[in-house]
Amino acid sequence: MATTTDEVVLQVKDLRTYFYTQEGEVRAVDGLSYYIRKGEAVGLVGESACGKSVSALSVLRLIPYPPGIIVGGEVIFQGQDLLKVSEEEMRHIRGNRIAMVFQEPTTSLNPVLTIRRQISESLELHRGLDKEQSLAETIRLLRLVGIPDAERRANDYPFQFSGGMQQRIMIAMALSCDPQLLIADEPTTSLDVTVQAQLLEIIAELRHRLGTAVMIITHNLGVVARYVDRVNVMYAGRLVETAPTDELYARPKHPYTIGLLASVPRLDSPRKQSLRVIKGLPPNLARLPKGCAFHPRCDYAFDRCREEVPQLEEVGPEHLRACFYDADKLQRVDTK
Amino acid sequence: MSDSDKLVVVEDLYMYFPVTAGILQKKVADVKAVDGVSFFIRRGETLGLVGESGCGKTTTGRCILQLYEGMRGKIFFDGVDLTQLRKEQMRRMRRNMQLIFQDPFASLDPRMTAGEIIGEPLKVHNLAKGQEYRDQVAELFRMVELEPFMADRYPHEFSGGQRQRIGIARALAVRPSFIVCDEPVSALDVSIQAQIITLLERLREELELTYLFIAHDLSVVRNISDRVAVMYLGRIVEITDSDELYSNPLHPYTIALLSAVPIPDPAVDRTRERIILAGDVPSPINPPSGCNFHPRCFQATDICRVEVPKLKNVGGEHWVACHLVK
Repeated sequence: MATTTDEVVLQVKDLRTYFYTQEGEVRAVDGLSYYIRKGEAVGLVGESACGKSVSALSVLRLIPYPPGIIVGGEVIFQGQDLLKVSEEEMRHIRGNRIAMVFQEPTTSLNPVLTIRRQISESLELHRGLDKEQSLAETIRLLRLVGIPDAERRANDYPFQFSGGMQQRIMIAMALSCDPQLLIADEPTTSLDVTVQAQLLEIIAELRHRLGTAVMIITHNLGVVARYVDRVNVMYAGRLVETAPTDELYARPKHPYTIGLLASVPRLDSPRKQSLRVIKGLPPNLARLPKGCAFHPRCDYAFDRCREEVPQLEEVGPEHLRACFYDADKLQRVDTK
Repeated sequence: MSDSDKLVVVEDLYMYFPVTAGILQKKVADVKAVDGVSFFIRRGETLGLVGESGCGKTTTGRCILQLYEGMRGKIFFDGVDLTQLRKEQMRRMRRNMQLIFQDPFASLDPRMTAGEIIGEPLKVHNLAKGQEYRDQVAELFRMVELEPFMADRYPHEFSGGQRQRIGIARALAVRPSFIVCDEPVSALDVSIQAQIITLLERLREELELTYLFIAHDLSVVRNISDRVAVMYLGRIVEITDSDELYSNPLHPYTIALLSAVPIPDPAVDRTRERIILAGDVPSPINPPSGCNFHPRCFQATDICRVEVPKLKNVGGEHWVACHLVK
C-alpha cells in the first residue's frame, strides 16, 4: 500500500481493538490499515463511535484493559512494531517520538501545576535538560504557539487561560520533544470558529517548519479539506475510503463519503438548499449487520453487500475504497 | 411592511447578570450578556442568530421567552408587550412560544418515559384528556418521525438524534406559533444533523411556524434561515438576508467569521481569502470601549475606540454596525 518503507513514519496493518462489555464483544477497530509518510498531514474522518479515537489510542497502547484489548495487527513506527515493545520502551515513545493532543484541553492539563512546571517536566524527563535550559525552552515553545507575554504567563495555572490558549499550551507540550508524529484528536472541536482557525494555522505552520507528520482526527470534513494531504474515512471500525484530499472531495467513490459530503450544509451553497440525508443511524458496534456495515443505510446496496464484507480496492492513484458498487456510477452529489 | 407582519419585535434589550463577591455578596460588576439589541422576526420566517460562545445569543433567545428577571427593554409578541404581562398572563402566553435545547441528554428527564415527556405540556396546559390525550401523543410521535410504540421507553434507550426528536415533539405539543431553537443540532453527528435540519424545515412549512434559530455554525444557520443576525459581545453587528450575508458581508467580524468556516471542497476553499483574527473574545464583564470588536479588528481606526457604532441600513434588508461602512 505504501510506497517505500523508509519514508513511512507510521504503518498500521490490520489493527483490531475489541472491547468486552455486557452487551458482548464490541469491535471498535476491526481490521484497520493505513500509513503516514514523513512530514505528511493525514485526516481520519468519521462520526462518533466509528472507532477513530480508539484507533489512535491503540497506536499509543493507551487502551484501558479491561474492557479493551488490542487483539491483533501491527503498528509499525519507524520500523518497530509498537505492539511488541515493552511497556518501558513504550513510555519512552509516548510524548517523545509520538505526541498526542486531545479534544478537551481542560481535562488534559494538571490544574494544580503551573504551565512552566508541566512543560519543563517533560523536557527534563525526555530530553535530559537541566532547570535553566528547560525554562528557556519552555518559553521558546510557548512563543512558538503564540502565547503572548510568554515569560510571565509561564507561571500561570491552566484555569487562567482561555480554552484556545490551553489548547495552544497542549500543542506546545506535544511539540516539546520534537516528535516525529503528532496525533491530534478533535483538537478544535470544543473551540470557537475563529479560535479553531488560529489553532489549525499553528499546527500547519509548525508542521512545515519542523517536518512533523500530523494525523488529525475529526468529524468535520471542512477542517480536513483545508489542512491535510490525504484523508482516511472510517465507518464502524474500518476504513471505507482513502484518497489524496483533492481526489477524495472531487471524486468520492464510497456511498458513505458521498453521503457525508452531501449532508453538510455548505457556506457557498444557495440558502434553503435541501440537504441529502443519510437515512438511519450509525450501527451498534456490538451488533454489526452482516456484510458491509453500511448496507442498511446505503442507497446503492444490493444482495452481495448483505452477505460479503468488501475489502479496500484501488480505484485511482492512492485512492482505495471498500465497496462492491460500480465505481464509475458513483459520484459526488453536490448540495450546490 | 406593516407591523402586523412581525411576530416578534425586540426593542433595546439589555440583560446584565450581576457578579457578586465577598460575604455580603455585594455586586462588584455586571456580565453584559445582552447589551442593547433590537430586531424583529416576521411571521413564518426563520431568523438565524450566530456568534461565538459568550456573545449573548442564548440569553437573547431566553429573554424573548421571559425566562429571566431583571432585563430591560421591550419584547412584543403578536403586538403584546410581554414585559408588561403579569405572571399568570405570561404563563398562558407561553403556550405560543417554545424552546428546543442543545443537549438532548440533559434536557429530558431520565425518569420519565418518552410518552410522558411529550404529553406533559398537554397536561400542564389542560389541552387534552383520556383518549384524545393518547391520540395526540401518538400524533406527535409520528410528526417527528418516531414510532408511537416507543412511548414507553426511557430517554437512555434513544440515540442523540432520536432524543432531539423527542425534544421537538415536546415543544410542538402545545401547538406554538414560535419556537426558539437553541443550538438544536450542534451536539449531533453530521449525518444526524442533516436529518434534524430537514425535519425542522418540514415542520416549519407544515405547521406554519416561526423560528429563532440560534447556532454557532454559520453554514447550518445560513442553510435554514431567511435572514441572519451576527452577534458579538452582546450586540448585533450585522443583520441581513442569508444570501447577502455570504455574497456581501460588510462588518469585519462577519467577514472574519465567514472566512474561518472551511468549505468541504479544497478546490473552492483554496481560492478564499483567510482572515485569522488575533486573540480571543474579550470578557463581557469589562468589554472594550467604543466598538467592542476594535481590539481584534484589522481595520480599526480612532473613532472605533471611542464611539459605539449604531446599526445602519445599507440598502434593502441589510443593516451593519460599523463606522467604516458608509
